Amino acid sequence: MIQFENVGLRYGLGPEVLSDLSFDVPANSFQFLTGPSGAGKTSLLRLMLMSLKPTRGVVRVFGKEASRIPRDAMPDIRRKVGVVFQDFRLLSHLTTYENVALPLKVLGKDEASYRTDVTELLKWVGLGERMHALPPVLSGGEKQRAAIARALIDQPKVLLADEPTGNVDPPMARRLLRLFIELHRSGTSVIIATHDMGLMDQYQARRLVLNEGRLQIYD
Amino acid sequence: MIDDDGGQADAARHEKPLFKSHSDDAQPASKRNIRTPSLTSGRNIVPREGVAGQALLTVIAIMAFLACLTLGAVFLVRDTAQGWQTDISREVTVQIRPYENVDMEQSIRAASSLLLTFDGVEKVTVLDDEASARLLEPFLGSGLQLDELPIPALLTVSVDQSKTLDYAAIAKTLSEEVPGASLDDHRSWVDRLNTMARTTVLGGVIVFILVMTATVLTVVFATRGAMAGNKDIVDVLHFVGADRVFIAREFEHHFLRLGLIGSLSGGIAAIFLFLALGVWSSTMKATPQADQMNALFGSFSIGGWGLFGIFLVAVGVAVLTGLTSRITVMRHVSQLETYGGRQKN
Repeated sequence: MIQFENVGLRYGLGPEVLSDLSFDVPANSFQFLTGPSGAGKTSLLRLMLMSLKPTRGVVRVFGKEASRIPRDAMPDIRRKVGVVFQDFRLLSHLTTYENVALPLKVLGKDEASYRTDVTELLKWVGLGERMHALPPVLSGGEKQRAAIARALIDQPKVLLADEPTGNVDPPMARRLLRLFIELHRSGTSVIIATHDMGLMDQYQARRLVLNEGRLQIYD
Repeated sequence: MIDDDGGQADAARHEKPLFKSHSDDAQPASKRNIRTPSLTSGRNIVPREGVAGQALLTVIAIMAFLACLTLGAVFLVRDTAQGWQTDISREVTVQIRPYENVDMEQSIRAASSLLLTFDGVEKVTVLDDEASARLLEPFLGSGLQLDELPIPALLTVSVDQSKTLDYAAIAKTLSEEVPGASLDDHRSWVDRLNTMARTTVLGGVIVFILVMTATVLTVVFATRGAMAGNKDIVDVLHFVGADRVFIAREFEHHFLRLGLIGSLSGGIAAIFLFLALGVWSSTMKATPQADQMNALFGSFSIGGWGLFGIFLVAVGVAVLTGLTSRITVMRHVSQLETYGGRQKN
Protein backbone atom coordinates (compact mmCIF):
# COMPACT_ATOMS: atom_id res chain seq x y z
CA MET A 1 0.00 0.00 0.00
CA ILE A 2 2.58 2.55 1.15
CA GLN A 3 6.34 2.11 0.85
CA PHE A 4 9.15 4.33 2.10
CA GLU A 5 12.72 3.97 0.82
CA ASN A 6 15.50 5.91 2.58
CA VAL A 7 13.18 8.80 3.19
CA GLY A 8 14.49 11.89 4.94
CA LEU A 9 12.68 15.11 5.77
CA ARG A 10 13.85 18.50 6.90
CA TYR A 11 11.92 21.75 7.19
CA GLY A 12 13.76 24.58 5.45
CA LEU A 13 17.42 24.67 6.40
CA GLY A 14 16.85 23.00 9.76
CA PRO A 15 18.08 19.56 10.83
CA GLU A 16 16.48 16.38 9.51
CA VAL A 17 13.39 15.59 11.52
CA LEU A 18 13.05 12.19 9.88
CA SER A 19 16.04 10.18 8.67
CA ASP A 20 16.50 7.05 6.56
CA LEU A 21 12.98 5.74 6.91
CA SER A 22 12.50 2.46 5.04
CA PHE A 23 9.37 0.49 5.69
CA ASP A 24 6.14 -0.53 4.07
CA VAL A 25 2.51 -0.62 5.08
CA PRO A 26 1.17 -3.86 3.61
CA ALA A 27 -2.39 -4.30 2.43
CA ASN A 28 -4.85 -5.26 5.17
CA SER A 29 -2.37 -4.54 7.95
CA PHE A 30 -2.71 -2.86 11.32
CA GLN A 31 0.01 -0.83 12.96
CA PHE A 32 0.55 1.69 15.68
CA LEU A 33 2.89 4.57 15.02
CA THR A 34 4.32 5.74 18.29
CA GLY A 35 7.09 7.75 19.85
CA PRO A 36 7.51 10.68 22.21
CA SER A 37 5.92 14.05 21.50
CA GLY A 38 7.79 15.87 18.74
CA ALA A 39 9.28 12.65 17.38
CA GLY A 40 7.78 13.35 13.95
CA LYS A 41 4.65 11.17 13.99
CA THR A 42 2.47 13.83 12.38
CA SER A 43 5.18 14.62 9.80
CA LEU A 44 5.38 10.94 8.89
CA LEU A 45 1.59 10.77 8.51
CA ARG A 46 1.71 13.85 6.26
CA LEU A 47 4.39 12.18 4.15
CA MET A 48 2.09 9.17 3.77
CA LEU A 49 -0.76 11.50 2.90
CA MET A 50 1.49 13.14 0.27
CA SER A 51 0.83 16.60 1.64
CA LEU A 52 4.56 16.74 2.42
CA LYS A 53 7.34 15.89 0.01
CA PRO A 54 10.43 14.20 1.44
CA THR A 55 13.76 15.96 1.20
CA ARG A 56 15.25 12.71 -0.02
CA GLY A 57 14.22 9.15 -0.70
CA VAL A 58 11.21 7.65 -2.42
CA VAL A 59 7.61 7.28 -1.27
CA ARG A 60 5.31 4.88 -3.13
CA VAL A 61 1.57 4.95 -2.64
CA PHE A 62 -0.58 2.15 -4.03
CA GLY A 63 2.41 0.99 -6.08
CA LYS A 64 3.04 4.37 -7.71
CA GLU A 65 5.96 6.64 -6.99
CA ALA A 66 4.38 9.67 -5.32
CA SER A 67 6.44 12.20 -7.27
CA ARG A 68 5.16 10.73 -10.54
CA ILE A 69 1.48 10.68 -9.71
CA PRO A 70 -0.25 13.25 -11.95
CA ARG A 71 -2.17 15.96 -10.16
CA ASP A 72 -5.46 14.88 -11.71
CA ALA A 73 -5.08 11.42 -10.16
CA MET A 74 -4.68 12.83 -6.63
CA PRO A 75 -8.42 13.06 -5.73
CA ASP A 76 -8.87 9.35 -6.57
CA ILE A 77 -5.93 8.41 -4.37
CA ARG A 78 -7.13 10.75 -1.63
CA ARG A 79 -10.49 8.96 -1.58
CA LYS A 80 -8.67 5.70 -0.84
CA VAL A 81 -6.97 7.25 2.19
CA GLY A 82 -9.07 8.16 5.21
CA VAL A 83 -7.56 10.67 7.61
CA VAL A 84 -8.39 11.52 11.21
CA PHE A 85 -6.79 14.83 12.05
CA GLN A 86 -5.62 15.78 15.50
CA ASP A 87 -7.66 18.99 15.23
CA PHE A 88 -10.74 17.15 13.84
CA ARG A 89 -11.38 19.61 10.99
CA LEU A 90 -15.16 19.39 11.08
CA LEU A 91 -17.22 21.99 9.20
CA SER A 92 -18.89 23.96 11.98
CA HIS A 93 -21.97 25.00 9.99
CA LEU A 94 -22.95 21.43 9.07
CA THR A 95 -24.53 18.87 11.42
CA THR A 96 -22.55 15.91 12.70
CA TYR A 97 -24.50 13.74 10.25
CA GLU A 98 -23.61 16.01 7.31
CA ASN A 99 -19.96 16.12 8.33
CA VAL A 100 -19.74 12.35 8.45
CA ALA A 101 -21.60 12.02 5.15
CA LEU A 102 -19.35 14.55 3.41
CA PRO A 103 -16.98 12.03 1.73
CA LEU A 104 -20.03 10.37 0.14
CA LYS A 105 -21.68 13.64 -0.78
CA VAL A 106 -18.61 14.90 -2.66
CA LEU A 107 -18.77 11.72 -4.73
CA GLY A 108 -22.21 12.85 -5.90
CA LYS A 109 -24.04 10.01 -4.17
CA ASP A 110 -27.73 10.32 -3.47
CA GLU A 111 -28.44 10.97 0.21
CA ALA A 112 -30.97 8.15 0.37
CA SER A 113 -28.25 5.67 -0.60
CA TYR A 114 -26.04 6.44 2.41
CA ARG A 115 -28.37 7.75 5.10
CA THR A 116 -28.70 4.38 6.84
CA ASP A 117 -24.98 3.66 6.74
CA VAL A 118 -24.12 7.07 8.17
CA THR A 119 -26.67 6.96 10.97
CA GLU A 120 -25.60 3.42 11.87
CA LEU A 121 -21.95 4.37 12.03
CA LEU A 122 -22.79 7.42 14.12
CA LYS A 123 -24.69 5.20 16.56
CA TRP A 124 -21.74 2.84 16.66
CA VAL A 125 -19.35 5.61 17.69
CA GLY A 126 -21.82 6.74 20.33
CA LEU A 127 -23.14 9.80 18.49
CA GLY A 128 -26.63 8.46 17.82
CA GLU A 129 -28.18 11.21 19.91
CA ARG A 130 -25.86 13.92 18.61
CA MET A 131 -26.13 13.46 14.87
CA HIS A 132 -28.28 16.58 14.51
CA ALA A 133 -25.90 18.74 16.55
CA LEU A 134 -23.47 21.23 15.11
CA PRO A 135 -19.77 20.70 15.94
CA PRO A 136 -19.44 23.84 18.11
CA VAL A 137 -21.78 22.26 20.68
CA LEU A 138 -20.00 18.89 20.67
CA SER A 139 -17.44 18.00 23.33
CA GLY A 140 -13.84 17.27 22.33
CA GLY A 141 -14.45 13.54 22.49
CA GLU A 142 -17.61 13.80 20.42
CA LYS A 143 -15.79 15.84 17.79
CA GLN A 144 -13.08 13.25 17.69
CA ARG A 145 -15.59 10.44 17.18
CA ALA A 146 -17.31 12.42 14.43
CA ALA A 147 -13.93 12.95 12.73
CA ILE A 148 -13.21 9.23 12.97
CA ALA A 149 -16.62 8.34 11.58
CA ARG A 150 -16.05 10.70 8.65
CA ALA A 151 -12.72 9.02 7.88
CA LEU A 152 -14.28 5.57 8.00
CA ILE A 153 -17.59 6.09 6.22
CA ASP A 154 -16.29 5.42 2.72
CA GLN A 155 -14.25 2.42 3.86
CA PRO A 156 -10.85 3.69 2.72
CA LYS A 157 -8.06 1.31 1.68
CA VAL A 158 -5.76 3.02 4.15
CA LEU A 159 -6.71 4.85 7.32
CA LEU A 160 -4.29 7.34 8.88
CA ALA A 161 -5.35 8.43 12.36
CA ASP A 162 -3.44 11.04 14.30
CA GLU A 163 -4.04 10.57 18.05
CA PRO A 164 -7.59 9.35 17.47
CA THR A 165 -8.23 8.58 21.11
CA GLY A 166 -6.53 11.63 22.57
CA ASN A 167 -9.73 13.26 23.83
CA VAL A 168 -11.84 10.31 24.91
CA ASP A 169 -12.09 8.30 28.12
CA PRO A 170 -10.65 4.74 28.28
CA PRO A 171 -13.95 2.92 27.62
CA MET A 172 -14.61 5.05 24.54
CA ALA A 173 -10.98 4.65 23.46
CA ARG A 174 -11.43 0.90 23.66
CA ARG A 175 -14.65 1.12 21.66
CA LEU A 176 -12.99 3.23 18.98
CA LEU A 177 -10.10 0.82 18.81
CA ARG A 178 -12.61 -1.96 18.16
CA LEU A 179 -14.00 0.14 15.36
CA PHE A 180 -10.55 0.42 13.79
CA ILE A 181 -10.03 -3.31 14.22
CA GLU A 182 -13.31 -4.07 12.51
CA LEU A 183 -12.38 -1.73 9.68
CA HIS A 184 -9.06 -3.53 9.41
CA ARG A 185 -10.90 -6.86 9.20
CA SER A 186 -12.90 -5.55 6.27
CA GLY A 187 -9.64 -5.05 4.39
CA THR A 188 -8.39 -1.59 5.34
CA SER A 189 -4.79 -0.95 6.34
CA VAL A 190 -4.83 1.04 9.55
CA ILE A 191 -2.07 3.27 10.91
CA ILE A 192 -2.80 4.83 14.27
CA ALA A 193 -0.38 7.45 15.53
CA THR A 194 -0.51 7.51 19.32
CA HIS A 195 1.64 7.75 22.38
CA ASP A 196 -1.02 6.05 24.51
CA MET A 197 0.71 2.86 25.68
CA GLY A 198 -2.51 1.67 27.31
CA LEU A 199 -4.26 1.73 23.96
CA MET A 200 -1.46 -0.16 22.21
CA ASP A 201 -1.43 -2.80 24.91
CA GLN A 202 -5.04 -3.62 24.15
CA TYR A 203 -4.34 -5.00 20.71
CA GLN A 204 -1.46 -7.07 19.43
CA ALA A 205 -0.26 -5.22 16.35
CA ARG A 206 2.84 -4.10 14.56
CA ARG A 207 4.50 -1.06 16.15
CA LEU A 208 6.44 1.60 14.30
CA VAL A 209 8.43 3.49 16.90
CA LEU A 210 9.87 6.88 16.02
CA ASN A 211 12.65 8.25 18.12
CA GLU A 212 14.85 11.20 17.25
CA GLY A 213 13.77 10.97 13.63
CA ARG A 214 14.64 7.29 13.23
CA LEU A 215 12.22 4.42 12.95
CA GLN A 216 12.27 1.05 14.63
CA ILE A 217 9.74 -1.59 13.71
CA TYR A 218 8.43 -4.23 16.09
CA ASP A 219 6.41 -6.85 14.23
CA MET B 1 -6.31 -7.00 25.34
CA ILE B 2 -8.73 -6.88 22.42
CA ASP B 3 -8.57 -9.97 20.30
CA ASP B 4 -10.55 -11.26 17.37
CA ASP B 5 -13.34 -12.50 19.66
CA GLY B 6 -13.72 -9.09 21.20
CA GLY B 7 -14.38 -7.62 17.80
CA GLN B 8 -16.84 -10.38 16.92
CA ALA B 9 -18.77 -9.76 20.10
CA ASP B 10 -19.17 -6.11 19.21
CA ALA B 11 -20.19 -6.86 15.67
CA ALA B 12 -22.70 -9.41 16.93
CA ARG B 13 -24.58 -6.63 18.68
CA HIS B 14 -25.42 -5.30 15.23
CA GLU B 15 -27.69 -6.93 12.72
CA LYS B 16 -25.01 -6.67 10.05
CA PRO B 17 -21.27 -6.02 10.06
CA LEU B 18 -20.55 -2.32 10.29
CA PHE B 19 -18.24 -2.41 7.29
CA LYS B 20 -18.60 -4.35 4.09
CA SER B 21 -15.54 -6.37 3.18
CA HIS B 22 -13.47 -4.77 0.42
CA SER B 23 -13.81 -8.07 -1.47
CA ASP B 24 -17.56 -7.91 -1.09
CA ASP B 25 -18.31 -4.62 -2.82
CA ALA B 26 -20.88 -6.13 -5.17
CA GLN B 27 -23.25 -7.04 -2.35
CA PRO B 28 -26.06 -4.51 -1.90
CA ALA B 29 -26.26 -2.75 1.45
CA SER B 30 -29.15 -3.87 3.56
CA LYS B 31 -32.00 -1.39 3.63
CA ARG B 32 -33.30 -0.63 7.07
CA ASN B 33 -35.76 2.11 7.55
CA ILE B 34 -34.53 4.10 10.46
CA ARG B 35 -36.82 6.91 11.43
CA THR B 36 -34.71 9.99 11.93
CA PRO B 37 -35.67 13.60 12.31
CA SER B 38 -34.14 16.14 9.96
CA LEU B 39 -30.45 15.38 9.97
CA THR B 40 -29.43 18.22 7.76
CA SER B 41 -28.79 21.81 8.69
CA GLY B 42 -30.34 23.04 5.44
CA ARG B 43 -27.10 24.83 4.69
CA ASN B 44 -24.83 24.52 1.72
CA ILE B 45 -21.28 23.23 1.99
CA VAL B 46 -20.17 26.83 1.56
CA PRO B 47 -22.23 28.76 4.14
CA ARG B 48 -24.15 31.78 2.87
CA GLU B 49 -23.91 33.79 6.04
CA GLY B 50 -20.76 35.28 7.49
CA VAL B 51 -19.22 38.67 8.07
CA ALA B 52 -16.89 38.35 5.07
CA GLY B 53 -19.84 37.51 2.82
CA GLN B 54 -21.85 40.50 4.06
CA ALA B 55 -18.88 42.82 3.59
CA LEU B 56 -18.31 41.48 0.07
CA LEU B 57 -22.01 41.92 -0.73
CA THR B 58 -21.85 45.56 0.38
CA VAL B 59 -18.66 46.24 -1.59
CA ILE B 60 -20.14 44.68 -4.73
CA ALA B 61 -23.39 46.66 -4.36
CA ILE B 62 -21.53 49.98 -3.90
CA MET B 63 -19.11 49.39 -6.78
CA ALA B 64 -21.90 48.20 -9.08
CA PHE B 65 -23.93 51.29 -8.14
CA LEU B 66 -21.03 53.60 -9.01
CA ALA B 67 -20.27 51.75 -12.27
CA CYS B 68 -23.95 51.81 -13.31
CA LEU B 69 -24.23 55.48 -12.34
CA THR B 70 -21.23 56.34 -14.53
CA LEU B 71 -22.55 54.29 -17.42
CA GLY B 72 -25.99 55.88 -17.10
CA ALA B 73 -24.39 59.34 -17.03
CA VAL B 74 -22.43 58.55 -20.20
CA PHE B 75 -25.64 57.49 -21.96
CA LEU B 76 -27.43 60.57 -20.64
CA VAL B 77 -24.78 62.98 -21.92
CA ARG B 78 -24.54 61.19 -25.25
CA ASP B 79 -28.32 61.22 -25.75
CA THR B 80 -28.62 64.87 -24.68
CA ALA B 81 -25.76 65.95 -26.95
CA GLN B 82 -27.38 64.04 -29.79
CA GLY B 83 -30.65 65.81 -29.01
CA TRP B 84 -28.99 69.24 -29.21
CA GLN B 85 -27.36 68.28 -32.47
CA THR B 86 -30.62 67.02 -33.96
CA ASP B 87 -32.53 70.10 -32.86
CA ILE B 88 -29.98 72.45 -34.32
CA SER B 89 -29.57 70.64 -37.64
CA ARG B 90 -33.32 70.31 -38.19
CA GLU B 91 -33.43 73.93 -39.36
CA VAL B 92 -31.25 76.27 -41.36
CA THR B 93 -31.63 80.04 -41.55
CA VAL B 94 -31.61 82.31 -44.57
CA GLN B 95 -30.82 85.97 -44.01
CA ILE B 96 -31.72 88.65 -46.56
CA ARG B 97 -30.00 91.93 -45.94
CA PRO B 98 -31.84 95.05 -47.12
CA TYR B 99 -30.52 96.64 -50.28
CA GLU B 100 -31.38 100.01 -51.67
CA ASN B 101 -33.90 99.91 -54.48
CA VAL B 102 -34.62 96.24 -53.81
CA ASP B 103 -38.05 95.22 -52.71
CA MET B 104 -37.61 93.14 -49.58
CA GLU B 105 -40.99 91.45 -49.97
CA GLN B 106 -40.09 90.35 -53.45
CA SER B 107 -36.70 89.08 -52.30
CA ILE B 108 -38.38 87.03 -49.55
CA ARG B 109 -40.85 85.52 -52.00
CA ALA B 110 -38.05 84.75 -54.46
CA ALA B 111 -35.91 83.15 -51.77
CA SER B 112 -38.84 81.09 -50.45
CA SER B 113 -39.76 79.82 -53.91
CA LEU B 114 -36.14 79.05 -54.68
CA LEU B 115 -35.62 77.18 -51.43
CA LEU B 116 -38.73 75.06 -51.92
CA THR B 117 -37.38 73.84 -55.24
CA PHE B 118 -34.66 71.89 -53.41
CA ASP B 119 -35.52 68.31 -52.54
CA GLY B 120 -35.41 67.98 -48.75
CA VAL B 121 -36.68 71.44 -47.89
CA GLU B 122 -39.98 70.91 -46.13
CA LYS B 123 -41.10 74.37 -45.12
CA VAL B 124 -39.94 77.96 -45.23
CA THR B 125 -41.17 80.29 -42.51
CA VAL B 126 -40.59 84.01 -42.59
CA LEU B 127 -39.88 85.59 -39.26
CA ASP B 128 -42.48 88.33 -38.96
CA ASP B 129 -41.80 91.81 -37.58
CA GLU B 130 -43.11 90.93 -34.16
CA ALA B 131 -40.77 87.93 -33.84
CA SER B 132 -37.85 90.00 -35.14
CA ALA B 133 -38.61 92.69 -32.58
CA ARG B 134 -38.60 90.08 -29.83
CA LEU B 135 -35.19 88.85 -31.00
CA LEU B 136 -33.78 92.37 -30.94
CA GLU B 137 -35.43 93.46 -27.73
CA PRO B 138 -32.55 92.41 -25.44
CA PHE B 139 -30.16 94.59 -27.51
CA LEU B 140 -32.25 97.55 -28.65
CA GLY B 141 -35.04 97.68 -26.09
CA SER B 142 -38.80 97.47 -26.50
CA GLY B 143 -41.11 99.54 -28.73
CA LEU B 144 -38.95 99.23 -31.83
CA GLN B 145 -40.15 100.65 -35.14
CA LEU B 146 -38.57 98.12 -37.48
CA ASP B 147 -39.54 100.12 -40.57
CA GLU B 148 -37.02 102.74 -39.55
CA LEU B 149 -34.18 100.28 -39.21
CA PRO B 150 -32.38 98.30 -41.90
CA ILE B 151 -33.21 94.96 -40.26
CA PRO B 152 -32.46 91.88 -42.35
CA ALA B 153 -35.27 89.44 -43.00
CA LEU B 154 -34.92 85.99 -41.51
CA LEU B 155 -36.32 82.80 -43.05
CA THR B 156 -36.25 79.56 -41.10
CA VAL B 157 -36.04 76.55 -43.37
CA SER B 158 -37.26 73.19 -42.03
CA VAL B 159 -35.19 70.34 -43.38
CA ASP B 160 -36.13 66.71 -43.93
CA GLN B 161 -33.34 64.99 -42.02
CA SER B 162 -33.69 61.78 -43.98
CA LYS B 163 -32.40 63.57 -47.08
CA THR B 164 -28.96 64.98 -47.67
CA LEU B 165 -29.00 68.59 -48.71
CA ASP B 166 -26.16 70.24 -50.61
CA TYR B 167 -25.93 73.38 -48.48
CA ALA B 168 -23.06 74.79 -50.56
CA ALA B 169 -25.16 74.61 -53.74
CA ILE B 170 -28.15 76.22 -52.00
CA ALA B 171 -25.98 79.04 -50.63
CA LYS B 172 -24.44 79.67 -54.06
CA THR B 173 -27.79 79.73 -55.87
CA LEU B 174 -29.33 81.99 -53.22
CA SER B 175 -26.52 84.54 -53.33
CA GLU B 176 -26.63 84.59 -57.13
CA GLU B 177 -30.39 84.93 -57.52
CA VAL B 178 -31.50 86.90 -54.46
CA PRO B 179 -29.49 90.04 -53.71
CA GLY B 180 -28.26 90.16 -50.12
CA ALA B 181 -29.31 86.59 -49.30
CA SER B 182 -27.04 84.27 -47.37
CA LEU B 183 -27.50 80.85 -45.87
CA ASP B 184 -26.53 79.89 -42.31
CA ASP B 185 -26.65 76.10 -41.99
CA HIS B 186 -25.50 76.28 -38.33
CA ARG B 187 -22.56 74.12 -39.39
CA SER B 188 -20.15 75.85 -37.03
CA TRP B 189 -22.54 75.28 -34.10
CA VAL B 190 -23.14 71.68 -35.07
CA ASP B 191 -19.38 71.12 -35.35
CA ARG B 192 -18.81 72.71 -31.94
CA LEU B 193 -21.58 70.62 -30.41
CA ASN B 194 -20.19 67.50 -32.06
CA THR B 195 -16.78 68.19 -30.61
CA MET B 196 -18.23 68.95 -27.20
CA ALA B 197 -20.44 65.87 -27.22
CA ARG B 198 -17.58 63.65 -28.36
CA THR B 199 -15.29 65.08 -25.68
CA THR B 200 -17.94 64.68 -22.98
CA VAL B 201 -18.77 61.11 -24.01
CA LEU B 202 -15.06 60.27 -24.27
CA GLY B 203 -14.52 61.72 -20.79
CA GLY B 204 -17.48 59.70 -19.52
CA VAL B 205 -16.14 56.53 -21.12
CA ILE B 206 -12.72 57.11 -19.52
CA VAL B 207 -14.37 57.66 -16.12
CA PHE B 208 -16.47 54.54 -16.72
CA ILE B 209 -13.35 52.51 -17.58
CA LEU B 210 -11.63 53.80 -14.42
CA VAL B 211 -14.67 52.99 -12.28
CA MET B 212 -14.94 49.52 -13.87
CA THR B 213 -11.23 48.91 -13.26
CA ALA B 214 -11.66 49.96 -9.63
CA THR B 215 -14.76 47.73 -9.45
CA VAL B 216 -12.91 44.75 -10.90
CA LEU B 217 -9.96 45.18 -8.52
CA THR B 218 -12.16 45.80 -5.49
CA VAL B 219 -14.40 42.82 -6.24
CA VAL B 220 -11.38 40.58 -6.93
CA PHE B 221 -9.65 41.53 -3.67
CA ALA B 222 -12.85 41.45 -1.62
CA THR B 223 -13.71 38.01 -3.07
CA ARG B 224 -10.23 36.73 -2.31
CA GLY B 225 -10.55 38.13 1.20
CA ALA B 226 -13.87 36.36 1.68
CA MET B 227 -12.35 33.20 0.22
CA ALA B 228 -9.50 33.29 2.75
CA GLY B 229 -12.13 32.87 5.48
CA ASN B 230 -13.36 29.72 3.76
CA LYS B 231 -9.93 28.13 3.28
CA ASP B 232 -10.66 25.52 5.95
CA ILE B 233 -13.68 24.34 3.98
CA VAL B 234 -11.54 23.93 0.85
CA ASP B 235 -8.97 21.93 2.86
CA VAL B 236 -11.60 19.63 4.37
CA LEU B 237 -13.30 19.04 1.03
CA HIS B 238 -9.95 18.23 -0.51
CA PHE B 239 -9.06 15.74 2.23
CA VAL B 240 -12.39 13.94 1.99
CA GLY B 241 -11.71 13.36 -1.70
CA ALA B 242 -13.51 16.18 -3.52
CA ASP B 243 -11.85 17.13 -6.77
CA ARG B 244 -11.06 20.62 -8.01
CA VAL B 245 -14.16 20.88 -10.17
CA PHE B 246 -16.53 19.96 -7.31
CA ILE B 247 -14.92 22.40 -4.87
CA ALA B 248 -14.71 25.22 -7.42
CA ARG B 249 -18.38 24.70 -8.38
CA GLU B 250 -19.52 24.91 -4.75
CA PHE B 251 -17.69 28.21 -4.26
CA GLU B 252 -18.57 29.59 -7.67
CA HIS B 253 -22.30 29.05 -7.07
CA HIS B 254 -22.08 30.78 -3.71
CA PHE B 255 -20.07 33.76 -4.92
CA LEU B 256 -22.02 34.10 -8.18
CA ARG B 257 -25.21 34.36 -6.14
CA LEU B 258 -23.57 36.86 -3.80
CA GLY B 259 -22.32 38.84 -6.80
CA LEU B 260 -25.73 38.82 -8.49
CA ILE B 261 -27.54 40.05 -5.37
CA GLY B 262 -24.95 42.78 -4.79
CA SER B 263 -24.58 43.97 -8.36
CA LEU B 264 -28.31 43.90 -9.14
CA SER B 265 -28.97 45.88 -5.95
CA GLY B 266 -26.40 48.46 -7.05
CA GLY B 267 -27.79 48.53 -10.60
CA ILE B 268 -31.40 48.87 -9.47
CA ALA B 269 -30.40 51.64 -7.04
CA ALA B 270 -28.73 53.50 -9.94
CA ILE B 271 -31.87 53.11 -12.11
CA PHE B 272 -34.03 54.40 -9.26
CA LEU B 273 -31.75 57.39 -8.85
CA PHE B 274 -32.15 58.28 -12.54
CA LEU B 275 -35.92 57.78 -12.29
CA ALA B 276 -36.07 59.97 -9.17
CA LEU B 277 -34.06 62.71 -10.90
CA GLY B 278 -36.40 62.45 -13.90
CA VAL B 279 -39.47 62.82 -11.68
CA TRP B 280 -37.84 65.71 -9.82
CA SER B 281 -36.96 67.54 -13.04
CA SER B 282 -40.49 67.10 -14.42
CA THR B 283 -42.12 68.41 -11.23
CA MET B 284 -39.78 71.41 -11.19
CA LYS B 285 -40.32 72.22 -14.88
CA ALA B 286 -41.45 75.80 -14.43
CA THR B 287 -38.42 76.94 -12.43
CA PRO B 288 -35.30 78.41 -14.07
CA GLN B 289 -33.03 75.86 -12.34
CA ALA B 290 -35.02 72.97 -13.72
CA ASP B 291 -35.03 74.53 -17.20
CA GLN B 292 -31.26 74.80 -16.99
CA MET B 293 -30.94 71.18 -15.83
CA ASN B 294 -33.35 70.11 -18.53
CA ALA B 295 -31.34 71.91 -21.20
CA LEU B 296 -28.15 70.24 -19.99
CA PHE B 297 -29.32 66.71 -19.18
CA GLY B 298 -32.66 66.36 -20.93
CA SER B 299 -35.30 64.50 -18.94
CA PHE B 300 -32.75 62.27 -17.11
CA SER B 301 -34.02 59.37 -19.18
CA ILE B 302 -31.22 56.88 -19.88
CA GLY B 303 -33.27 54.97 -22.43
CA GLY B 304 -33.40 51.29 -23.32
CA TRP B 305 -29.72 50.99 -24.17
CA GLY B 306 -28.79 52.64 -20.88
CA LEU B 307 -30.92 50.13 -18.97
CA PHE B 308 -29.43 47.28 -20.99
CA GLY B 309 -25.93 48.62 -20.24
CA ILE B 310 -26.68 48.79 -16.51
CA PHE B 311 -28.01 45.23 -16.63
CA LEU B 312 -24.83 44.12 -18.45
CA VAL B 313 -22.62 45.82 -15.85
CA ALA B 314 -24.54 44.11 -13.02
CA VAL B 315 -24.28 40.68 -14.66
CA GLY B 316 -20.61 41.34 -15.51
CA VAL B 317 -19.79 42.18 -11.88
CA ALA B 318 -21.61 39.02 -10.72
CA VAL B 319 -19.77 36.84 -13.26
CA LEU B 320 -16.49 38.46 -12.23
CA THR B 321 -17.17 37.61 -8.58
CA GLY B 322 -17.97 33.99 -9.41
CA LEU B 323 -14.97 33.71 -11.70
CA THR B 324 -12.58 35.17 -9.12
CA SER B 325 -13.73 32.68 -6.51
CA ARG B 326 -13.35 29.87 -9.02
CA ILE B 327 -9.83 30.90 -9.99
CA THR B 328 -8.83 31.37 -6.33
CA VAL B 329 -10.23 27.94 -5.37
CA MET B 330 -8.72 26.21 -8.40
CA ARG B 331 -5.33 27.72 -7.59
CA HIS B 332 -5.54 26.70 -3.93
CA VAL B 333 -6.77 23.17 -4.65
CA SER B 334 -4.19 22.74 -7.41
CA GLN B 335 -1.57 23.53 -4.80
CA LEU B 336 -3.12 20.97 -2.44
CA GLU B 337 -3.26 18.37 -5.19
CA THR B 338 0.38 18.87 -6.05
CA TYR B 339 2.67 16.38 -4.34
CA GLY B 340 4.02 18.15 -1.27
CA GLY B 341 1.66 21.03 -1.96
CA ARG B 342 1.29 21.82 1.75
CA GLN B 343 5.06 22.04 2.26
CA LYS B 344 4.93 25.75 3.04
CA ASN B 345 2.04 25.49 5.51
